Amino acid sequence: MTYKIVASQCTSCSACEAECPNVAISEKNGTFVINPKKCTECIGYFDVPQCVAVCPVDDTCVIDTSLPRYQAAGGAA
Amino acid sequence: MDSLATETVDIGGAQNIDEVMQKVAEHKGCGTSGGSGKASCGTGAGENDLPQEIWDKVKNHPCYSEEAHHHYARMHVAVAPACNIQCNYCNRKYDCANESRPGVVSEKLTPEQASKKVLAVASTIPQMTVLGIAGPGDPLANPEKTFKTFELIAKTAPDIKLCLSTNGLALPQHVDTIAKFNVDHVTITINMVDPDIGAQIYPWIFWNRKRIFGREAAEILTEHQMRGLEMLTERGILCKVNSVMIPGINDKHLVEVNKAVKSRGAFLHNIMPLISSPEHGTVFGLNGQRGPTAQELKALQDSCEGEMNMMRHCRQCRADAVGLLGEDRSAEFTTDKIMAMEVTYDLESRQAYQAQVEIERQKVAAAKNAELNTLAGEGNEDIKILIAVATKGSGRVNEHFGHAKEFQIYELSTKGAKFIGHRRVDLYCQGGYGEEDSLETIIRAINDCTAVFVAKIGGCPKNDLVKAGIDPVDEFAFEFIEQSAITYFKRYLDKVNSGEIVHAERGDATLRQGAFITA
Ligand code: SF4
Ligand code: SF4
Ligand code: SF4
Repeated sequence: MTYKIVASQCTSCSACEAECPNVAISEKNGTFVINPKKCTECIGYFDVPQCVAVCPVDDTCVIDTSLPRYQAAGGAA
Repeated sequence: MDSLATETVDIGGAQNIDEVMQKVAEHKGCGTSGGSGKASCGTGAGENDLPQEIWDKVKNHPCYSEEAHHHYARMHVAVAPACNIQCNYCNRKYDCANESRPGVVSEKLTPEQASKKVLAVASTIPQMTVLGIAGPGDPLANPEKTFKTFELIAKTAPDIKLCLSTNGLALPQHVDTIAKFNVDHVTITINMVDPDIGAQIYPWIFWNRKRIFGREAAEILTEHQMRGLEMLTERGILCKVNSVMIPGINDKHLVEVNKAVKSRGAFLHNIMPLISSPEHGTVFGLNGQRGPTAQELKALQDSCEGEMNMMRHCRQCRADAVGLLGEDRSAEFTTDKIMAMEVTYDLESRQAYQAQVEIERQKVAAAKNAELNTLAGEGNEDIKILIAVATKGSGRVNEHFGHAKEFQIYELSTKGAKFIGHRRVDLYCQGGYGEEDSLETIIRAINDCTAVFVAKIGGCPKNDLVKAGIDPVDEFAFEFIEQSAITYFKRYLDKVNSGEIVHAERGDATLRQGAFITA
C-alpha cells in the first residue's frame, strides 16, 4: 500500500513535503503528489503517516486503493 | 502569518514607475499623521510612553507605531505556506487568518523570488522600511525558507528591518536563529493562556511527529508561546502579541492574556476582531460564531490599555506586497517580471527620502501641540466623543466623503485627539449596491461618531448624515486632522456649556467583515 494525495483538496501548503521521511512528496503542476515507489506509509519511521498527520485538510492524504498491490491483497487491508 | 498592519498605498491607476513615485510622494504613506505626542498616538506608543531604546526601534515601523504608520510602509512576502497547528478561524485554502483575513490568497514565492521582489519594491518605494514574513502558514514551520529569505535580503538591503509572526509552537527552538539574523520584531498570536479555552480555538497541533488534539494540544501550545516570548525578550528582541477576540470564547479571558504577556515583556498587544462569515469556509464561519461589534472591541481594548500599549491601527490588511502596491500595480511586480528585472538598490536616495519624511512628521506634531495647549484647563473631563475622518494621508482631512474606502476614528476629550481605529467601508461601495444602500452601510459603520470630517461632501449624503445625528464637517478640508479635531471639540464643549446642545452617548457601530483591499 501507499498513500496518495487527493489533488482537488490539496491547498499546496507543502507541509507534507518537509515531513516525509522518504522524500516521497514533491510539487507537480501546483499541487503535491506522492511517489508510490518511495512511500512506505512511514512504517519503520513513525507511528503515524506523517503526511496524514500534518495535512490541514482532512481526507486529503489517503491510501491509494487503486494500486495493483492493494488489489492483490484482496482489498482487506 | 503576520498581522502587522499594512500601509496600503493606493497607487492603483498609475501606469509606470515614475507615476508611482509621484503618487507615493503625494500620499506620504496613507492615513493620518498621529503626531509623536503622547495622547494622540494610536498605539499609545508615543515617544513619552516607551523606553528610549524601544522607541528608537519602533519609531519608523508602520505596524508598531501609529504615527509611523502614516509615513512608512511595510511589505509581506509569502514564502512559508506550511503550518503546524489548526485554528478554527483559518481556512488553509487562503492566507493565515491570524494576520490577514480569510478569503485572500497570497502568491507563494521561493526565497530567491521573494528577496528579489522586496528589493524591487524597496527601490521603487523609498518609504518601504519593513519586511515581514507572513502567512499563509507559519514562518517557523518553514524555517529553511524563512531564514533563507532573511539572509538574502540582509545581504543587499541592510537598512530594511526584518520581522516575522508566528503562532509560537516552534518558537523556542528557533529563538537563537531569530537573534542571529537580527530580526528585531516578532509577533506571536496568543489567543489564550487557559488550555480549556484553547481547546475551543485549536482543534489540533502537529508536534513531535504526531497530531495532538484538544486540551493537551492547547497546553503544549500555550507553554511554548509563553516560553518563546520570555526567551525573545531576554535577548532584547521586541515582541508584539496579537489576539483574536472571539465573543463567548476568549473575550473576557483576553484581559488575563494581556496580563500574562505584559509580565513576560511583550511591548505591544494588538487585539483584533474575529472575522467570520460562512463563505470563508472556516469552522467559526460555518458554525455561526460571530465577531465582536465596534463597541465590544473598544471596551476590551480600553480595559487592557491601563496595562500596556494597545495597538489600534491594525486594519488586518492582507499579507503581501499587493496591499502596498495597489491591486492594479501588482501586475507589474509579478514573479516573472521581477525575476527578469535589473534591480539596483539605492541606499542613499532612500535615506534622503526618509529624512524628508521626518521633517513633515515634526510639522504635524507641532501643529497639534500648539492646538492642544489651548484646550488645557477647560473642565468637562468626562466628555468624550468620536469623530470619523476621511483622509488619504499626510495627516490631513483630504478625502471626499463619497471616495472614502475607510474612515479613521478619533476619540476627542480634554486630553486631546486619540486615534482609536479604522472603519472600512470599501466593500460597501462595490458589488452593485445602489448609492443609498452604500450610504446606509457607511452610516452604520460610523454610527457611534458625533461628526464626520471630510474634504468635500454632496448635498444628499449631507442631509442623510444630519438625519442620522452625525454632523458632516467640511470646513477643515485639507487641514491637519488632530489640530482640526481639537478645534471642533472646543466648540462642542462651548455649546454644551452654554446649554445649546446636550452631550449624549451615541450607539454602537458595525465592523465590516472581509479583507481590506484597496481597489
Ligand atoms: S505516508 Fe509517510 S512515507 Fe508515505 S508519503 Fe506520507 S509521509 Fe511519506
Ligand atoms: S499537507 Fe495536504 S494540503 Fe498541504 S501540500 Fe500536502 S497534501 Fe496538500
Ligand atoms: S496559525 Fe492558524 S491561522 Fe495561521 S496558518 Fe496556521 S492554522 Fe491558519
